[in-house]
Amino acid sequence: MVEWTDFERATIADIFSKIQYEVVGPAALARCLVVYPWTQRYFGNFGNLYNAAAISGNPMVAKHGTTILHGLDRAVKNMDDIKATYAELSVLHSEKLHVDPDNFKLLSDCLTIVVAAQLGKAFSGEVQAAFQKFLAVVVSALGRQYH
Amino acid sequence: MLSAREKELIAEIWDRLTPVAEDIGAEALLRMFATEPGSKTYFSHLDISPSSAHLRSHGKKIVLAIAEGAKDISQLAVTLGPLQTLHAYQLRIDPTNFKFFSHCMLVTLAAHMRNDFTPVAHAAMDKYLSAFAAVLAEKFR
Repeated sequence: MVEWTDFERATIADIFSKIQYEVVGPAALARCLVVYPWTQRYFGNFGNLYNAAAISGNPMVAKHGTTILHGLDRAVKNMDDIKATYAELSVLHSEKLHVDPDNFKLLSDCLTIVVAAQLGKAFSGEVQAAFQKFLAVVVSALGRQYH
Repeated sequence: MLSAREKELIAEIWDRLTPVAEDIGAEALLRMFATEPGSKTYFSHLDISPSSAHLRSHGKKIVLAIAEGAKDISQLAVTLGPLQTLHAYQLRIDPTNFKFFSHCMLVTLAAHMRNDFTPVAHAAMDKYLSAFAAVLAEKFR
């Protein structure tokens, strides 16, 4: 069971209430595909991922980025049992999508940086620590059902 | 692998940040201390509270070294020679901490540069900081 302090709970709720999902989601996924180009291996049917501009403008990337962020919502609403919340998604990513779980960390780092750019000064070290802890729990849950 | 354009971009960014080296360096360190408490063990002899003189001067040193390296990335091994020796034989910092610090530096850049910290700039900077850390650790064994 993950222990969350009041500060951490409040911080996570606050961040997710402030960010625009249709901006942050697409930006995070696009950034991941640019910064870690090997992650493009999972998106062969997404069309033009030829360069950073193409990736950032790709509508399928945008749509999927938004989907991912809405998926994170479920963890925000169930912080006390993130493992169970993502059990099915973990199976999906393992059995059907065959995604190397190391990639989850890459995306979560990109998400941290996008949120930092959005919130600027407000994204203090303490806020960053809470956000990274939350994402680490999510990443762990998503990798949990791999075997 | 850094393209010519990426090297230019990296040099530009660090050139622009040199005047605020103290702020950037201190912030990156503070972020690392907040997110990776183990990293604080290397600073038990210093005062690393926010806005402490030690923290700011230390942050400045680190940023200036990174900025200096950025001026001619192909010469990193030469530029970092003395720092390689310092880190290998005296400081003996576990190299995973270089990764943590690099990540926190990227977050600091994002918080400061906001939308100017584009995916392309991020990719270039991540590659540079990884190369920097690798060269820094070269004499470790």
